[in-house]
Amino acid sequence: MEENVVLSMKDISKTFPGVKALQHVDFTLRKGEIHALMGENGAGKSTLIKVLTGVHEFQTGEITMDGQKIVNKSPQEAQKNGISTVYQEVNLCPNLTVAENLFIGREPRKAGFIDWKTMNKKSTELLQDLKIDANATDKLEDVSLARQQMIAIARAVDMQCKVLILDEPTSSLDDDEVAKLFTLMNRLKEQGVGIIFVTHFLEQVYEVCDRITVLRNGELVGEYKVKELPRVQLVAKMMGKDFDDLADIKSAHEGLKEFIPVVEAEGLGHQGTIKPFDFTVHKGEVVGLSGLLGSGRSELVRAIYGADKADSGTLKVNGKEVKIKAPIDAMKLGMAYLPEDRKKDGIIADLSVRENIIIALQAKRGMFRPMSRKEMEEAADKYIDMLQIKTASRETPIKSLSGGNQQKVIIGRWLLTNPDYLILDEPTRGIDIGTKTEIQKLVLDLADKGMAVTFISSEVEEMLRTCSRMAILRDGKKVGELSGDELSQEGIMKAIAGGVEDE
Amino acid sequence: MSNQKSGLKKITSMRLFMPIVCLLVIIIVATITIPGFLTISFQNGVPYGYPVDVINRASELVILAVGMTLVTAASGGQDISVGAVMAVAAAVCCQILSGGEVSVNSLAAPIILAFLAALAASALCGAFNGFLVAKLNIQPMVATLILYTAGRGIAQLITNGQITYIRVDSYQIFGSYIGKFPIPTPVIIAVVVVIITYLILKKTALGLYIESVGINGTASRLVGLNSTMIKFLTYVICGILAGIAGFVASSRIYSADANNIGLNLEMDAILAVALGGNVLGGGKFSLMGSVIGAYTIQALTTVLYGMNVSSDQLPVYKAIVVVIIVVLQSPVFQKALASRKAKSQAAKPAAEGGN
Repeated sequence: MEENVVLSMKDISKTFPGVKALQHVDFTLRKGEIHALMGENGAGKSTLIKVLTGVHEFQTGEITMDGQKIVNKSPQEAQKNGISTVYQEVNLCPNLTVAENLFIGREPRKAGFIDWKTMNKKSTELLQDLKIDANATDKLEDVSLARQQMIAIARAVDMQCKVLILDEPTSSLDDDEVAKLFTLMNRLKEQGVGIIFVTHFLEQVYEVCDRITVLRNGELVGEYKVKELPRVQLVAKMMGKDFDDLADIKSAHEGLKEFIPVVEAEGLGHQGTIKPFDFTVHKGEVVGLSGLLGSGRSELVRAIYGADKADSGTLKVNGKEVKIKAPIDAMKLGMAYLPEDRKKDGIIADLSVRENIIIALQAKRGMFRPMSRKEMEEAADKYIDMLQIKTASRETPIKSLSGGNQQKVIIGRWLLTNPDYLILDEPTRGIDIGTKTEIQKLVLDLADKGMAVTFISSEVEEMLRTCSRMAILRDGKKVGELSGDELSQEGIMKAIAGGVEDE
Repeated sequence: MSNQKSGLKKITSMRLFMPIVCLLVIIIVATITIPGFLTISFQNGVPYGYPVDVINRASELVILAVGMTLVTAASGGQDISVGAVMAVAAAVCCQILSGGEVSVNSLAAPIILAFLAALAASALCGAFNGFLVAKLNIQPMVATLILYTAGRGIAQLITNGQITYIRVDSYQIFGSYIGKFPIPTPVIIAVVVVIITYLILKKTALGLYIESVGINGTASRLVGLNSTMIKFLTYVICGILAGIAGFVASSRIYSADANNIGLNLEMDAILAVALGGNVLGGGKFSLMGSVIGAYTIQALTTVLYGMNVSSDQLPVYKAIVVVIIVVLQSPVFQKALASRKAKSQAAKPAAEGGN
């Protein structure tokens, strides 16, 4: 069996200033297997991948591929050695065609010029071969996100990769698209490609993977065959402790006794993104927004928060009619908004954890009332401590934190402004299960203390756990609300699919 | 031993380390090649010598570099019109002082009035640039190219195409000395500008706002910052600072020479920002880095003149030195250096690994 090993990493260690990111980690990948790399945020998954692909250097250990020792100094070199990576965010050029994206940097040439004919022909063949439903001459931006991801994979495969790393490829895909991706993965597996699959979705691991390697706090916990490791044990191994059942966290929280509206929207809308809607959130209530990707969930809250200025309807906050022109107006009325795209809209990458935490409060106070150094440090320490943010220090740039910890920083940023109304747009995406539970608990605690919360998530289960009421959106329109007994997985699915019309 | 090591590491990893090293290297090379480079002599109670010359001549550049740093940090682009804006400010100032005459021996208006008018004109230029960049989202280089080309023409229009001379002692002090005070006035002005800017950044949240907007404009907007306004503001500040630089430059030559005041100085200012270790793509910045960068460039220029390089050939030598400095500071080079260091350390037995 060991003859089939295509890649082995032995005794890998890597330290960042103040953090031991990896300590003596081993990892083995065999030919034609799908191997899940699991662990909580900060466990060292990303670091291991980055060490393998030459983004980071490692201090000790060795990497061998097909029995030969290799050292990748850059992703390009890794590529040459047959290691390709496809990231969560597609790193292709949206304004080029599918074919151009497939062959960029290695275009077929004829007398020095690009041979477009051959390129399009080869592309079509490749797409057909992998059964990807796209035209070689389509612009990439006109192709759905899932197909873009598959095209990224096709590009990697065509470059004769022996090891394919998929880093959270399913985060932004819906179930159908995930299924298609899995078909593609299985086809590659048959061709003998070794696939490293990094994901947070347990179901997906059990659906498609052969083996699991678990990391925790930069150390190797172990390598297991999927069949031999029940889910509960996997979670326990990832968290390093016995796992208390998530399902019950809600039951400890009481229902609302009185209904004091915090935010009331009437006919609010924004041309082109969300049709006019009515929406009310009460004090101490968690209201969910559910719908497929692109159904207008984010757009609805953006219209309330002033991220997109509403062009119709009225908005009342605490009973008073208000005009919100920009986010700062909403903040001054006690709103806070954790955006969906953490990287693009959330973190300010080069600034420190401290600065990222205090920036919203500072903006709310205004330029001429700067916070003192001491005030900032106290605020930062308070939330680092309270949310258990794993960071070397409060002065570490936020970009060097893991995704879940970045998210916690952003949550801390908003809690510091002491809001009455908190909007959380996909706060747990790409976050490990332990942190997920923490965030869910936190949301319920905040609501208990009287905060009004709007919670958006693609995971129905999570919404059921946290929300007492749920608005359903479809195609940029709010189509109904569910509460009480209607709140079940089935009820929501039906409503999303069009079972409950509320015209 | 490990303590010493970490102390040294602390110093070398400081942001200002490389800029200071570059400045020192130039000074050391100059001291070796030019006899008496570091000597300062006094004539009539006023100091003379290369160091004084460098510090004095660098004043306008320092003032410009401060503005350029802010613009770069907030908008991720540069204002290439500052040289031309200097000319505009000088023209406005001298025209008011002369009352429209070509050459005067007495002032037609108070200097403070002319100074403020010059600042107003340059602030207007800055506001124009800021509007194009912040509001209309035009690339900074393209937006400021407009005044870069038109600015000197505007200055010519103001002075009716002539060089206006202000042959009055009270005006000349801003480019020379105040009475017997041994420090050149431009140096004092530059220092005051740096200190005031520093205090504004420190005592308000503007510094943090500028960095935040420069790093991630959308996220900054969502946390309640007015990105447009902040970018606009940096261009206005940059314009005003260019105006001050123009005032000093015109006082030096007691005239408004639209074709020569601040000529090519925008490029030196951008270089100063880069030499100061600032990323020209925006984001985090170091004001002191840019100031050191400005002195480095002036030192280089003065040293080359001192080595009898003719002014026609000067740019070539300057370019060579700048290339070396920029490469030394580039992340790629630093990474290569770090990996070499790591290798030599790994060659030693891994004794510390046991702990």
